[in-house]
Amino acid sequence: MIDYSNFINGAIKDVKPSGIRKFFDIAVEMDNVISLSIGEPDFQTPWHIREAGITSLENGKTWYTPNRGFIELRKEISNYYKRRFNVLYNPDTQVVVTVGGSEAIDLAFRTLVSTGDEVIIPQPAFVCYEPLTTMAGGVPVIINTKAENNFRLTAEELENAITDKSKILVLPFPNNPTGAIMERQDLEEIAEVILKHNLFVISDEIYGELTYGGKHHVSIAEIPNMKERTIIVSGFSKAYAMTGWRLGYALGPVPVMEQITKLHQYGIMSAPTTAQYAAIEALKNGDDDIAEMRSDYDLRRRLIVGKLNEIGLTCFEPLGAFYTFPCIKSTGLTSDEFATRLVKEKRVAVVPGTAFGESGEGYIRISYAQSLKNIKIALKRIEEFVEEIKNESKG
Amino acid sequence: MDKLLEILSENSSFTTKELSLMLGEPEDYIKAQIREYEQSGVIKGYHAIVDWEKVPDAGVIALIQLNVVPKKETGFDDVAKKLMAFDEVSSLQLMAGAFDFAVTVKGKTIQDVASFVARKLACLDGVSATATHFFLKSYKDNGAILSETESAKDGRNIVL
Repeated sequence: MIDYSNFINGAIKDVKPSGIRKFFDIAVEMDNVISLSIGEPDFQTPWHIREAGITSLENGKTWYTPNRGFIELRKEISNYYKRRFNVLYNPDTQVVVTVGGSEAIDLAFRTLVSTGDEVIIPQPAFVCYEPLTTMAGGVPVIINTKAENNFRLTAEELENAITDKSKILVLPFPNNPTGAIMERQDLEEIAEVILKHNLFVISDEIYGELTYGGKHHVSIAEIPNMKERTIIVSGFSKAYAMTGWRLGYALGPVPVMEQITKLHQYGIMSAPTTAQYAAIEALKNGDDDIAEMRSDYDLRRRLIVGKLNEIGLTCFEPLGAFYTFPCIKSTGLTSDEFATRLVKEKRVAVVPGTAFGESGEGYIRISYAQSLKNIKIALKRIEEFVEEIKNESKG
Repeated sequence: MDKLLEILSENSSFTTKELSLMLGEPEDYIKAQIREYEQSGVIKGYHAIVDWEKVPDAGVIALIQLNVVPKKETGFDDVAKKLMAFDEVSSLQLMAGAFDFAVTVKGKTIQDVASFVARKLACLDGVSATATHFFLKSYKDNGAILSETESAKDGRNIVL
C-alpha cells in the first residue's frame, strides 16, 4: 500500500476544498430548481465574437501563440484599458494574456508572495485568494468589510491590519459576492495607507465593466503613484460572457511582468489560440454588447434589491458585478440553514455568505445572472419561504 | 426603444410595482405611462405566448402569401378590411416584395385551411394569386424561445 500522504505536498493537503461543492450536490439532484447561485453570465457569447473564433478554426489557426499572447490582442487590451479605465500599459512589455482571470490571479500570487509574507484580503470575497496565499507560503490577513460601509474597504480598516510583515493587498472590486464597488475617493484614501506601508496591490477587476447607478469603475492603477505598485488582473469572462473560452490577462510594471511571463511560459505556454482570436473581435467591436448586457443586468438588479427589501431581507444597494448580498439575520437562521432549507423547501438555490469568508455569516449571495422570468418566480418563492419562517417562529 | 415597452412586449405579466422597481420610476408614473400607451393605441392588448405544439388538438397554422390587384381609390385597404374580418385570420401584414399580404391563418386541420384558402381567400375580389405555407415547427415566438434546442439550453454548471 502506498502512503500517498508521504508523496503529497503538505501545503496543498492543508488547503480546504471550496466549501460550496457539498451544497451544490444537493441542488443538482433536485428537479425544478431555479439557480440564483451561478457566478457566470446567463448570456451566450455574442455571435460575432463566436464567429471570429469559428473563422480562425476554419482557417486552420490551431497553433500556439506567443507566450504573452498575440501582439494584436495585447494591443487591443492596452487600447481597451486606456479607453475604458484611463490607464496605459505597454502591449510589448506590460500585458500577459492568461487562461482566464484565474490564471492571472494565480500568477500574481506566485510571483509576489514569499514565505511568511502577509497578504491582506478584504472579505467577503471570491474564494481563491486565501488558498493561493497559503499555497505560496504566505499568511492571509483577513479584513472583514462591513455592511454599514457598504462592504467597501476603509483606510482605517486597512491601517489596523498592517504589521511589519504586510506586503500585499488584494483589492477585489467590483466585489463578488457583495456587489460593492470602490469609488475614486475610497481608493484615494486607501492609497495613502498603501504608500505609507509600501504595499503592493493585486487588483482583481474582472467585474470592472459591470457597474450601475451611473458609477464607472475606477482602477486603483489610475490613482497617482499606484500604477507602479499594482498588478491588474481581469479577463473576458464576465464582461463579454466568455467564461468557457478561458481567457484573461494581467497588467503591471515591467519587472513584475517579466517574472509573470516566466511562470506562464513554463506552466501554460500560451492561452487558447481560438479564444484569443475571439477576444480580438470582442475588444474591437464588443462595446455595444457589454452595454446591452449591463442594461439587462441593471433591470434585474433593481427588481431583486427592491423586492428583497420589501420581503424584509435588507439589502444594501450593490453597484457592481451581478450579485446582491441580502442580510438574512431577521429570519433567525444561519446562512447555511437558510440556503439549505430554501433549496429543499422552495427549490431556489443561493450561496450561503459564509462560502466567501466568516464575515459572510448572516448573508446570502443572490446572483442575477438569470433570466427575468426565473428571477420573478424565484423571488416569489423566497417571499413564501420567509413568510413561513416567520410563522414558524411565532407558532 | 422605450424600455417599458420593450419589457412588456416580451412579458406583459410584470406588475406595475415590479416595473417601477426595474425602471427606477414611481409606480404612479408607470401606471400613467401604460394608460397613455393603451389609450393612444401603442399598446393594443396583452396576450399569452402559447407553444401550440404542446397543446393537444391545437390545429395547424399556415402563412399565406396573397397577391392583390390594388384598387384605384382605396389601394390595398379594401381587401385588408375583408381579410381582417375572417376569424380564421390571426394576423395580417401588407408587405414590400414579391407578394402583397402575409396572412396567418389558424385551422383545425390542413383540409380546413386549404378549403378556407380555396373558397374564401382566393375568391375575394382583387386577389390574383395565393401561396400557402404550413408551419412545421415554431422555434421562437415574440421573443420567447419555444424549442428546447441544444443552443437554447442553459448549460451552466452550478458551481462558482
